[in-house]
Amino acid sequence: MSIDTETAARVAKLARIKVEDSALPALAEEFNTILGFIEELNEVDVEGVEPMTSVTPMRLKRRADVVTEGDQQDKILANAPDAREGFFAVPKVVE
Amino acid sequence: MMSDLNTLTIAEARDKLRAGEVTSAELTEACLAAIEGAGALNAFVHDTPEIARAQAAAADARIRAGDAPSMCGIPLGIKDLFCTKGVPSQAASAILAGFKPEYESTVSQQLWDAGAVMLGKLNMDEFAMGSSNETSTYGNAVNPWRRGNDDTPLTPGGSSGGSAAAVAADLCLAATGTDTGGSIRQPAAFTGITGIKPTYGRCSRWGIVAFASSLDQAGPMTKSVRDAAIMLEAMCGHDPKDSTSADIPVPNFEAALTGDIRGKKIGIPKEYRMEGMPAEIEKLWADGTAMLKDAGAEIVDISLPHTKYALPAYYVIAPAEASSNLARYDGVRYGHRAKLAAGDGITEMYEKTRAEGFGHEVQRRVMVGTYVLSAGFYDAYYNRARKVRTLIKKDFEDVFAAGVDAILTPATPSAAFGLGEMKDADPVQMYLNDVFTVTVNLAGLPGIAVPAGLDPQGLPLGLQLIGKPWEEGELLNTAYVLEQAAGFVSKPGKWW
Repeated sequence: MSIDTETAARVAKLARIKVEDSALPALAEEFNTILGFIEELNEVDVEGVEPMTSVTPMRLKRRADVVTEGDQQDKILANAPDAREGFFAVPKVVE
Repeated sequence: MMSDLNTLTIAEARDKLRAGEVTSAELTEACLAAIEGAGALNAFVHDTPEIARAQAAAADARIRAGDAPSMCGIPLGIKDLFCTKGVPSQAASAILAGFKPEYESTVSQQLWDAGAVMLGKLNMDEFAMGSSNETSTYGNAVNPWRRGNDDTPLTPGGSSGGSAAAVAADLCLAATGTDTGGSIRQPAAFTGITGIKPTYGRCSRWGIVAFASSLDQAGPMTKSVRDAAIMLEAMCGHDPKDSTSADIPVPNFEAALTGDIRGKKIGIPKEYRMEGMPAEIEKLWADGTAMLKDAGAEIVDISLPHTKYALPAYYVIAPAEASSNLARYDGVRYGHRAKLAAGDGITEMYEKTRAEGFGHEVQRRVMVGTYVLSAGFYDAYYNRARKVRTLIKKDFEDVFAAGVDAILTPATPSAAFGLGEMKDADPVQMYLNDVFTVTVNLAGLPGIAVPAGLDPQGLPLGLQLIGKPWEEGELLNTAYVLEQAAGFVSKPGKWW
C-alpha cells in the first residue's frame, strides 16, 4: 500500500487540516513510513478473533434520561473565540 | 532543615505535617521558591502561587482541626492535560491558547478535596503525543539529569516530561501524569522517579483532555513507591461522569506495602529481550530479577507471543481515536481561531484553524487516524488492529491464568537521549521508545516504573512491573520490594 500525494491531499481534506501543495510529497512519505510499520499486522492470524471493544469487561451504566446540568449558557460560551447574543458565531454557512 | 522542604517525599511531609513539625504553607513556599529558580527546566508552564497559598492555608487549618487525609497540605504539580478551573489548560497545544476551563477534572478535584495544593501546570508533549516533550507549544522540558559533566540538554521523556522533570528536580513533592502508551512510565524511568499507570478504569478520565480514550489513564509520578500508593489512592474511584470508570472499591494501597513477596511468581517475558538491547539494560533487568528472587519470589520464564505487534497495533488504534477526539478543535467553542480571508467559509475556518493550531506530530497522527478509519481501509487497518489487541490481551490473561503474579521488564530501551537527537529520525524511531510500555495500555493492565540503577554515563534507568487487573496493591508491594533492594537514592546534581 503506497500513499501518493493525491491520497495525502484527500486525507488532509478529510481531517480538515490545510496542507500546502508543496508539503504533500513529504507528508505522503511520512504516511508511507508509518503505514509500512503498521503493515506488520498482516502477519498475524486473526481468523475468528473478535475485535476488542472494551478492554475491561464491563456493562456500561445507565442513568435516567433527564437533564443533570443545564442553564449555564455563559459558562459554555465563555471560551468561544466569537460568541454573540448567546450563540457561537461562525462564518456564513448557508448561501 | 527548613530550606529543603521541597525535597521531602509525600510520606515524610505527611508525618511532619501531622506532628506539627512543618506547615503546608512552609512546604508550599519551599516549592514555589524551587520553581522560581528552575526556569531552565521549563517544567512548570503556568504557575498558580495564589491558589497554592490559599489551599495551603486551608490545609493547615484542616490539619490543626485533626482532619487530615494523607494528601492534605501536599504541594503538587498538575500535567497541563488536566482541566483545572479558571487556570489555563492547554494540553501544551497552541489550539487551546487562552482556554480556561469552567470546570475541574475529577482526578484533580479529588486531590483538592483531599487537601492537596496546586503549584501550577506542567509541560508535556502536545495532546500527550510524543516521547520526548519536544512537541510542546511551550518548548522542550529539560531533564535535570545530565551525562556526567557533559552539559548536553537531555529529554525528560514524554509525554509527561514536565511532571517527571519537576518531581526529579524537587520542584514539587509529586505530580499527576497520564499514560496512553507509556507517558508516565517512560519519563519516570528517564528521570529516576516512580510512576504508575493503574488499571484502565481506575481513574476517571472526566476533565482530562482526551487523546485515545480506550488507552488513556491518569496516575501519580512520585519520589517513592510509598508515595505512589498514597497519591494513587486519592486519585482513584468511581465517577458517574466517566462511564468507563470502574464502580469497585478503592483499597488502601499503602497498607499493601508489606515488603513480603515470598512465593509470588514473577514472569520474565522472552519477547522483551530485543535484538540490540544495550548491555546496561540487559544487566539492569538481570539484576532486578535476582533482587526479586532473593526476596523469595519464584522466577519463571514466560512468553507473550504477540508483543512485537503491540506497537503497530497501537499506532493504528491511538491515532484513530485521536482523530475522532481532536475533531472538536474546530475554532468554534474554545481556543484558537484562524484569521480568515475575504470569502472564506466555515470549511476554510476549520482547515486554517487546525493547520495553525496543531503542531506537526499532532497533525500527522490525526491524519493517520483519519486514513485508517476511512472508507475502504477501516477493516484492513482499524479492525485488524483491534483484533490484534484482543490477542495481546489474551497473551497476558494466559500467563496470569498460569499463576504468574507480576511481570518484570525494562521500562525503556535506553536511558534519556539528548533533546534534538531524534530530530532527523523517522517517526517510527521515536515510537520505539514505547516498545516495553505500550502492551500494558493495550491490555488495560496496571504498570509501574521504578528507578533501579544508573547507566555508565550516570543516567537513571528504570524497570517496569506489570500486574493483574485491579491488583495495584499487590503490584505496588512488588515494586516496593524492588525499590528497597535496588536502593536507588541518586539525585541529579543541581545545575539549573
